[in-house]
Amino acid sequence: MSLLEVKNLRVEFPTRRGTLVALDDVSFAIAPGEVLGVVGESGAGKSMTGAAIIGLLEPPGRIAGGQILLEGRRIDNLPYEQMRRIRGREIGAIFQDPLTTLNPLYTVGRQLVETMTTHLPIGPGEARERAIGWLEQVGIPAARERIDSYPHEFSGGMRQRVVIALALCAEPKLIVADEPTTALDVSIQAQVIALLKRLAREKGTAMMLVTHDMGVIAETADRVAVMYAGRIAEIGPVREVVKHANHPYSQGLMASIPPLDRRVERLQQIEGAMPRLSAIPKGCAYNPRCPHAFDRCQTERPDLMPAGRTEAACWLHAEGSAR
Amino acid sequence: MRAFFDSDLWWSFTRSPVTVLSAVTAFVCIAGAVFAPWLAPHNPFDLASLQLLDAFKPPAWSAEGDLAYPLGTDDQGRDVLSAIMYGARVSLLVGFAAVAFSTLLGVTLGLLAGYLGGKVDALLMRIADIQLTFPGILVALLVDGIVRAALPRDVHDQIAVFVVIFAIGISNWPQFARTVRGSTLVERNKEYVQAARVIGLSPLRIMVSHVLPNVMSPVLVIATLSLGFAILAEATLSFLGVGVPPTQPSLGTLIRIGNDFLFSGEWWITIFPGVALIVMVLSVNLLGDWLRDALNPKLR
Amino acid sequence: MTPMLETQDVARHFDVSRPLIQRLLAREGRRTLRAVDGVSFAIPKGSTLSLVGESGCGKSTVARLVVGLYPPTRGRVLFDGQDLAAARADRRQRSRMQMIFQDPYASLNPRWRVADIIAEPIRAFGLIEGRAAQMERVGELLTQVGLSPLDGQKYPHEFSGGQRQRISIARALSSNPEFLVCDEPTSALDVSVQAQILNLMKELQARLGLTYLFISHNLAVVRQVSDRIGVMYLGRLVELAPAETLFTTPRHPYTRALMEAIPDLEMTGRARTPVGGEVPSPISPPSGCAFHPRCPLANARCKAEAPRMLPAGEAQVACHAVEEGRAAA
Repeated sequence: MSLLEVKNLRVEFPTRRGTLVALDDVSFAIAPGEVLGVVGESGAGKSMTGAAIIGLLEPPGRIAGGQILLEGRRIDNLPYEQMRRIRGREIGAIFQDPLTTLNPLYTVGRQLVETMTTHLPIGPGEARERAIGWLEQVGIPAARERIDSYPHEFSGGMRQRVVIALALCAEPKLIVADEPTTALDVSIQAQVIALLKRLAREKGTAMMLVTHDMGVIAETADRVAVMYAGRIAEIGPVREVVKHANHPYSQGLMASIPPLDRRVERLQQIEGAMPRLSAIPKGCAYNPRCPHAFDRCQTERPDLMPAGRTEAACWLHAEGSAR
Repeated sequence: MRAFFDSDLWWSFTRSPVTVLSAVTAFVCIAGAVFAPWLAPHNPFDLASLQLLDAFKPPAWSAEGDLAYPLGTDDQGRDVLSAIMYGARVSLLVGFAAVAFSTLLGVTLGLLAGYLGGKVDALLMRIADIQLTFPGILVALLVDGIVRAALPRDVHDQIAVFVVIFAIGISNWPQFARTVRGSTLVERNKEYVQAARVIGLSPLRIMVSHVLPNVMSPVLVIATLSLGFAILAEATLSFLGVGVPPTQPSLGTLIRIGNDFLFSGEWWITIFPGVALIVMVLSVNLLGDWLRDALNPKLR
Repeated sequence: MTPMLETQDVARHFDVSRPLIQRLLAREGRRTLRAVDGVSFAIPKGSTLSLVGESGCGKSTVARLVVGLYPPTRGRVLFDGQDLAAARADRRQRSRMQMIFQDPYASLNPRWRVADIIAEPIRAFGLIEGRAAQMERVGELLTQVGLSPLDGQKYPHEFSGGQRQRISIARALSSNPEFLVCDEPTSALDVSVQAQILNLMKELQARLGLTYLFISHNLAVVRQVSDRIGVMYLGRLVELAPAETLFTTPRHPYTRALMEAIPDLEMTGRARTPVGGEVPSPISPPSGCAFHPRCPLANARCKAEAPRMLPAGEAQVACHAVEEGRAAA
């Protein structure tokens, strides 16, 4: 059974000029121990999907349709207090900026201990021992001495490790990580990715990894969902999506990544830019930029359909369609 | 103009009934004051038309009231409503002019301090800090007192209004300077300012054409809120008898004069100017509060 | 031929001391941040030199030094053979250099129309007289960067990040410069838009014969645009080499670590050994070679003596291990 199941999720932002649909018909599932990468350009809705799952949508955004199920139980319609318990105990969150998660007024140790005593049936003494263990596991040198330091006494990379320890210490079943390595330098980024990957494997934790960095996804994720203009354009095993993408947008996205191993005279580019939420084209949202667009793409919106070894929301893969 | 009515600012304005009400009130007050010579039922300064027989008439709705004097008359037989309208004229003139003066001074010094930094910044901000340790009204009193002592009495009477404007304006500049300095520090490090520096534009030109337009939003807010302060400060000074000369009574002067009759039962002579002052300052401050919220993206 | 730009042992230190009273109370001395500490390179006309490194390595400070936004604490910058300060004082020389910035949201004045933003250098340098002629030139520039001349009447907030970066490029080109300093011009952009901007920059270089100093933290991007690459660590160059040489035979242990750290899109499944530790503070850099606490090849000499840039094949490398032949791959 899937640990997390998102069904036809729709998120709307009511504004004075009408309602903007930020997420439309987003469906996917994550199995225990699986890492799902979510990629896309800024504004595609990848961070918002994560925020909707952990119940922290920025107002006035609201879930307008669909369901989010954790172990078969609906969590999208829970009252704030109940959701707060689930966040932390069952879902851990890691954000791009560690300072949004850490309280600057409390020591790192106190924050870890409080999280554990709130969510786990253990006392403060044991929680402190475990906290030291967690800090060691995430690779903070001299954890026993540093546990009573304040967040500002750590460097950026170390702070993100503390956040990871904080997200993991209550042993949640699911971790939602939103650009966890984007603010870090490459050498630190590599360390943090390795750490996340190892912990997910060891603890059997499912993870939703939101990032714009395909390299990070390729290294870490088992499956990947490519988002475009608030919808999933393609979802499938990471190797397939990176190497043999079936949606023209994923193909373009992968091709536009500058290669590290050779110099090309001209990078492949996707013309134009992603539409604003207020001006999403009719039919397939990608049709004005798509080199393969035909009549049907301009009138009818495609749902995800089997395409090669992935699923793509593209009429090129419809039964009996002209390729 | 169409762009204005389409803007978020106008939209947030129409969504706030309190703000609309304050704007209407402020507009009525200002219009009543500006057009007093045409709107007021009497001219309180036309000695010829004053009837001592009409002195101490209570408001029109009480038993001995006279419809010709809606809010009653004072000890000289002056119509209180007309006196308020003429008085508000003086109060608003002083208020607007003082705010304009402190805005000009504060924005200029704040820009210089923020953009140039170093010693200029340290010096200006220490002066501002020291001044901020005194209540604004005390500074205004002090400045007024110094000018009063330095100038002969007849000269002083002629320029009294300007002295009050100067005194209130100078007491309020640090607020503007500190805010503008803060915003300037942020803007100065933005890349569009660096791009202008790469071209080799002079600091003055960068400050005026690039930084200034981008630090004006908070200035607008403070200016609106300061208008309330300036009107009150002028009223306080006039109430204490050191403000505008009695020949041009402001609302504060009216309240002071009326105060003498408060306990002898002629309450309307002081209460109505007081109410007018409160309504005016409150409506302006509510507008300022709304403007602060509407222009601050963090509170939205 | 005289290089377009040359730096000779250029350094920039910042005084980051706390205010005097706090310093006296805490009994500490002045603190100096050595953002750039002795960097020498030359950029031949028409070519691209890239500087790469992690945050805090001083690459952006170098970018600001060579356009005169900061005066150097030590060393010299030569622009087309002339001292930079003298070149900056001359309006005609100044118009030959321009800069493109990282953040497309902060690099355009939000209160100005796009046409005025692009026309500003034209007006500042007095290149074209008359508003009509200026606007015609602005239209040309907008077309050149792939926008419409009609876009000039709009404000920056009406454009996406990639379009704003095009506007930035149009502004930089408006004074007909020969030398462009590009400070992370694509790192705030999405990858498909990054490809557009990099292609545009390469096209413009070929068409207008521009010289670029390109600053980036992204090695894959740098490989696509550079003729030569300098790798910086804590305010110094550790390796300077022709682009292909750097990627085929990276010599400095830090260069190797940096390449090793990049996530592998090819999914060859190679096990990566990320370099341990973190970049030390440039306020109190390690003794000797600044990289020695993280370096697998470090020995006593590395801790004591700072290495100099020495030729190694086609490259220049500042590393004792390379010099002594201990770094054989």
